[in-house]
Amino acid sequence: MGSRASTLLREEEIEEIKKETGFSHSQITRLYSRFTSLDKGENGTLSREDFQRIPELAINPLGDRIINAFFPEGEDQVNFRGFMRTLAHFRPIEDNEKNKNSSASEPLNSRTNKLLFAFRLYDLDRDDKISRDELLQVLEKVDVEQKMSIRFLH
Amino acid sequence: MKRCGSVHLWLWRSVVLICLVLGVSAVNGESKSDTHHHGNGSSITGIPIVSFKWHHVETPYLIVLWILVAGVAKMVIEANHHVTSVIPESALLICVGFLFGGIIWGADQKQTFSLTPTVFFFYLLPQIILDAGYFMPNKLFFSNLGGILIHAVIGTCWNAASVGLSLWGCHQGGAMGDIDIGLLQYLLFGSLIAAVDPVAVIAVFEEVHVNEVLFIMVFGESLLNDGVTVVLFNVFDAFVSLGGEKINAVEIIKGIISFFVVAFGGSLVGFVFGLLISLLTRCTKNIQIIEAGFIFVLGYLSYLTAEMLSLSAILSIAFCGICCQKYINANMDEKSVITVKYVMKVFANGSETIIFLFLGISAIDKTIWVWNTGFILLTVFFVFVYRCIGVFFLTWIQNKFRLVPLEVMDRIIMSYGGLRGAVAYGLAMMLDENKIKEKNLMIGTTLIVVYFTVILQGITMKPLVTWLKVKRASANEITLIEKVQNKVFDHMLVAIEDISGQIGHNYMRDKWKHFEEKWMSWFLMKPSARKKHDLVFDVFHQLNLKDAMNYVAEGERRGSLEFIRNETAFIDFKKKFADEYSEAMPDITVDMSDSYAAHSSMRRDTVPSISLELHDQNTNGLRETEDINTHHLLQQHLYKGRKQHRHKYSRSHFTVNQDENEVQEIFQRTMRTRLESFKSTKMGVAPPKTITKHPKKDQQQKMPNGKSTDNGKYCHCDDDDFEFSGDDGASGYDPSAGSFPMRVTYRPGAGIENPVFMPDLDPMAPMQIPPWLAEAELDSSTVALSQRAQTGLPWTPSNLQRLAPLRISTRSTDSFMMADTPPPPPPPAKDTK
Repeated sequence: MGSRASTLLREEEIEEIKKETGFSHSQITRLYSRFTSLDKGENGTLSREDFQRIPELAINPLGDRIINAFFPEGEDQVNFRGFMRTLAHFRPIEDNEKNKNSSASEPLNSRTNKLLFAFRLYDLDRDDKISRDELLQVLEKVDVEQKMSIRFLH
Repeated sequence: MKRCGSVHLWLWRSVVLICLVLGVSAVNGESKSDTHHHGNGSSITGIPIVSFKWHHVETPYLIVLWILVAGVAKMVIEANHHVTSVIPESALLICVGFLFGGIIWGADQKQTFSLTPTVFFFYLLPQIILDAGYFMPNKLFFSNLGGILIHAVIGTCWNAASVGLSLWGCHQGGAMGDIDIGLLQYLLFGSLIAAVDPVAVIAVFEEVHVNEVLFIMVFGESLLNDGVTVVLFNVFDAFVSLGGEKINAVEIIKGIISFFVVAFGGSLVGFVFGLLISLLTRCTKNIQIIEAGFIFVLGYLSYLTAEMLSLSAILSIAFCGICCQKYINANMDEKSVITVKYVMKVFANGSETIIFLFLGISAIDKTIWVWNTGFILLTVFFVFVYRCIGVFFLTWIQNKFRLVPLEVMDRIIMSYGGLRGAVAYGLAMMLDENKIKEKNLMIGTTLIVVYFTVILQGITMKPLVTWLKVKRASANEITLIEKVQNKVFDHMLVAIEDISGQIGHNYMRDKWKHFEEKWMSWFLMKPSARKKHDLVFDVFHQLNLKDAMNYVAEGERRGSLEFIRNETAFIDFKKKFADEYSEAMPDITVDMSDSYAAHSSMRRDTVPSISLELHDQNTNGLRETEDINTHHLLQQHLYKGRKQHRHKYSRSHFTVNQDENEVQEIFQRTMRTRLESFKSTKMGVAPPKTITKHPKKDQQQKMPNGKSTDNGKYCHCDDDDFEFSGDDGASGYDPSAGSFPMRVTYRPGAGIENPVFMPDLDPMAPMQIPPWLAEAELDSSTVALSQRAQTGLPWTPSNLQRLAPLRISTRSTDSFMMADTPPPPPPPAKDTK
């Protein structure tokens, strides 16, 4: 695994990803090996089936939505850059980053971007609005007839 | 709370209290003299009619009397909220204890009552820890477990070692004068004074509502450090006995190993007992009346078992509580769950009160006070300083790994919150005086440290927290959508961890949750509970219950259920509740608020977010009639009388009324009375006068279907006819006949008479079998008919003028014709008793 990773990921790429997402060198390398282990087709991209092969995701109620979040609009494959970009939303915010980044765009793990990600989880049809149905779908499906009945006092 | 009134009450109560205590000491003095007399041989000269057998009941009497005194003391203290908001209750209790100690000392010249280690460790401490474990917010606890463990283990060891060594150093330096304590004894003393005390922490932090992370760090540490304390104490105790020479590497290694064994063993014992309780409650469906008792019994057993195996008893009972809470809440009947909650609170609070009271009393004892200024002052100083150093250092290390670092203010409060309490005192009392010559000095010093932390630090804690602007606990519970959102985030984090292939915090938690759901719940929870276990709707259910209770309480308070039918009614819950209940309910459990709505029912000042809108414009003018109406409504529809009566006849079943029987009974009685009055009209007996129609008839309509038939009646009976007081009515029964006793209180003069609820005057009473069973078949036909009759109003002219416009009458002629089959009822007893 390790040798394959180093040959397929060049230093410049690592630098770019580092600048864009803020991950450290070792983190990027480790995540790359994870990426390749998920990529059964060995074509450098992940498809939805690759994600669904992770067993724990199958039992996660939000699994599908998270998988969808990795794939940009309309596409079915995600490459390593996209993979890292999505994962970067979850990096902890560090104080010193606020000063360092003077470029136009905010870092990927800023509060706004995190919130955007969470918003997109609800907004299934990607119309930038959360409809009532979309919200209701988030609540878990249970036996409503049983749960929402109380014996009123006579 | 009216100020002047409370002052009078306060004075009166404190007088009562002092008398009680004087009585106790006097009685105790007398008992001593009694025993002298008794020793002279028991020769009696004649038969005593009444004798004063004090020695017979002495021990239990004194125990219960002290519990009473503690309770009254707490009552007196709590009556003054303006004092307790400044000085924490524990400090006040200690002061009251001083007072009592002084009284007893004056009476007896020695301290007859003091806190002995046995009583403390076996009878007073377990319930407090069980309460702490049972109400522990599990999620918060386990997510901060790493930090808590660091503080508990490393922090306590550091405290013990540093205090012991520094004191020894000062001793060598000559700061303490001439006392006979060696290095090992210093270390022993250090170990017993190092432990942060859970009782004191709860007592002080209760007034100050700090944010939950801070609270759980200090509190969790105080619970878990018992494992360390026990080990250190025993190890050093053994070292002291062995003497300095025999200590070598082997012994030290044995000490370290014993730490792991004691700590994990204690937790394991607690865990096993927790599982046992869950298993037991799974099968207790038939003995629901006593299933609440199992927790206490098994909890206490876990404590004693761990103590027997020389493992950490506090850890054991704490983990027992932590493990079983979820399954108990799922398995047991709702009433049992509430019972357990309240009884645990009673025990824990009672124990805490007694502990602090006796901590004060035990101080007034000349024998234990050996004053050595250097020792005492240095101890207090070192305890405080080393706590601060330890906490700051450890949190600095922790912050490197924490996602949300602990702020400086929080760390200050953490170090300030390291309170010592009764556990240290108990351990000090357990020292062997033969091995440790200066036991009394140590006891005295321990007491001083305890007083310093509890009283001084307790008093200054709240101002310090406010001054430092420490983040406080959020006043309101988070809304439902926030809880759902939190869950969404949890799932999201787990998914990302899975994708990125790392075993993180969330991954572990999720794995545990699945394991627990799959295997443990299957094993430990009742099948019915498993199916219903969904958190979102549990929350909804709780909120609904709370709303329903508030609704009824508000209705009763306002004296009428008028606003039920007024759709535009609006009651400002917030205003009324906030004013009324904020004072009335002492915040016993505020800082223990945890999952969902479980505790908010104890906090009446939070208003449910789902509130009902009812407006009360119309009630003012009709208040009196409303009251009468309400009384009657409540009599009719809340079935108070029957409920009160039922449980007297069965100790094992506390069943709520089975509705079918009641409905049957009502039908039966309704039919009977209807029949008799109908018969009387038919036979030409003087027609009963019509009653004044009450304008609010239509509220009958709103009553749910099960009872509407009984409401659908004529009110032919007049006030005069049934004019007797409530008690008389009840006495109309022949109790010896063994028929069902009906103690429904009846208020005459109410606007609407419901003949169903007239006490049964006719000689139907002497029947042996409850009427509804005997006439079941007959009644079923009448019942069925009356329901059918309900759908169509009978249009006989004679009925019309008696009926209210909307009342559904079942007095169709058909039903009465057909109902001629039951034995003709006796003429209605119009004459009163």
